[in-house]
Amino acid sequence: MTTPQPATHVADGAEAISATATLDGSKGESALVVEHLTKRFGARVAYEDVSFAVGYGEIFGFLGPNGAGKTTTVRTLGTLIAPSSGTAIVAGIPLNAKNGPAIRSRISLMPEAPGLYLRLTVLENLQCFAGLYELGDVRGRIERALRAVNLEDRARDLCGSLSKGLRQRVALARALLNDPAVLFLDEPTSGLDPVATREVYELIASLRERGVTIFLTTHRLEEAERLCHRVAILNTTLRLIGRPDELRKQLFRRSVDVRLRAPLDDPKAVLGTLPGVEGWEQTRSGYTLTVSDPDRAAPALARALVGAGADILSIAESRHSLEDVYLELIDEDVEAKSR
Amino acid sequence: MRFSWTRVGAILRKELRDYRRNRFVIVTMTMVPVAFIIAPMIQLFVANATADTAHLNTRIGLSLLYMLVIPAIVPSTLSAYSVVGEREQGTLEPVLATPIHREELLIGKALAAFVPALVIAYMVFGIFLAAAALFAHPVIASAIYAGPHVLVQLLFTPLLAGWAIWVGIAVSARSTDVRVAQQLGALASLPPLAILALMSLNVITESTALAIGLAAALLAFDLLAWRVVAAVFDRERLVTGTRR
Repeated sequence: MTTPQPATHVADGAEAISATATLDGSKGESALVVEHLTKRFGARVAYEDVSFAVGYGEIFGFLGPNGAGKTTTVRTLGTLIAPSSGTAIVAGIPLNAKNGPAIRSRISLMPEAPGLYLRLTVLENLQCFAGLYELGDVRGRIERALRAVNLEDRARDLCGSLSKGLRQRVALARALLNDPAVLFLDEPTSGLDPVATREVYELIASLRERGVTIFLTTHRLEEAERLCHRVAILNTTLRLIGRPDELRKQLFRRSVDVRLRAPLDDPKAVLGTLPGVEGWEQTRSGYTLTVSDPDRAAPALARALVGAGADILSIAESRHSLEDVYLELIDEDVEAKSR
Repeated sequence: MRFSWTRVGAILRKELRDYRRNRFVIVTMTMVPVAFIIAPMIQLFVANATADTAHLNTRIGLSLLYMLVIPAIVPSTLSAYSVVGEREQGTLEPVLATPIHREELLIGKALAAFVPALVIAYMVFGIFLAAAALFAHPVIASAIYAGPHVLVQLLFTPLLAGWAIWVGIAVSARSTDVRVAQQLGALASLPPLAILALMSLNVITESTALAIGLAAALLAFDLLAWRVVAAVFDRERLVTGTRR
């Protein structure tokens, strides 16, 4: 069913390393270029040999299990910690200690916890950060940021009085204050209830419409599938990178699911001779056929089943979610470690 | 990028707003001065005005020493909280992710502890001097106003506050627990008072020249402490809890 590939996978049409990657992986300006980046804390490796590029206006999902090195990567690119080796260009500026303040002035980083001053109002929190970025037109910028997260009417509220979801929105407004060239969101929906999570999704989707470049770390796969143009899966090393549909195609062979009222008397005779069918297996409610082209295989399959007197409940191409891709890769890693 | 007073001001304003709404800070800033002015006030009225000059000077010196604890203790609790407290609350990382330089952050934090400490300490000393002038025996009042007492108080108040602040921030930047940081910060702020205690007890003869000399030495220590704090302030360690 699957094609095990232990090394980093690079999906068709996507570029793992490119100084000039754009939304679709084609040539153009890059918001982020990371090459062979590694971070070690003593003997412990946080992440190793990570390379990718993110185009301006792209929403790039950075997935991985807990401890995979996602947050450490974000902190490195946000100049909060220094890499052990490798290079990166962040918002057009080479990553090094000297360029830290210049890079930080062009990006925003929203950590997993909102990190608001709870005894200060929303407005006071934003005023403080506007000062830290030395922004002009503070009033206008704060108004625009609050409007972007639908919080104009809560500006005078103490942050300590806000719900978790509202605090996350304030943190997002704070991250938007300086019109960042790259916005790093580290697990933005962590700990939020479904309603607040949906609100954050909508906000990120609206930022995507505005062309904001977002680097989104998450372990919520539906979040990445819904919001991201491309995703990378990290498990200390970068395991895979590309568009979600490309990753599915690359990792899973195409197949057709057939549901029948009753099993076939001689499935080998019916399914084994069909053109374009490379293999099949029986499932609880029918059969799954590995095919080269589902559109060509499905009509012939239907005819063969009718001819064999089967009662067909459904015939459909198998849909693999990003979660299937993710679990497949992480399972590979677990198996490789146990060997 | 250049040093920015705008960023220092942003930190300073934020800290002062935060203090104003923090009951613990308000109580500390109120109770410490009250506690340390009671004994000097009592001394004003119970001191024997007919005692010899040396004895009177010792009594007055001890009273004034009490009040010098204020600039040492008030900012030490604030500064000891300043880094580790933000780290515990999760507010440090967003600040460190802005273009702020460590020197700007440290000076903003230091000023936020220094300004209220200085205002409170001078205000308490002003009240003491006014009470002495208005209500104390003239001999005692003139003993307070004569000699280097007032100069010592005026000179050492900001210098002791400065020492307490830098030591407090250093402890805070290396600590992982707010309570431990505050206890260590308060303890570490006290050693400079030992010299003043020796002067107050007449073990070291108090003089204007000695006061200025010691103040210059303490100023040098303050500047050295600032450089050390700036050097030990490690962004990576503060964010990850581990060293490079």
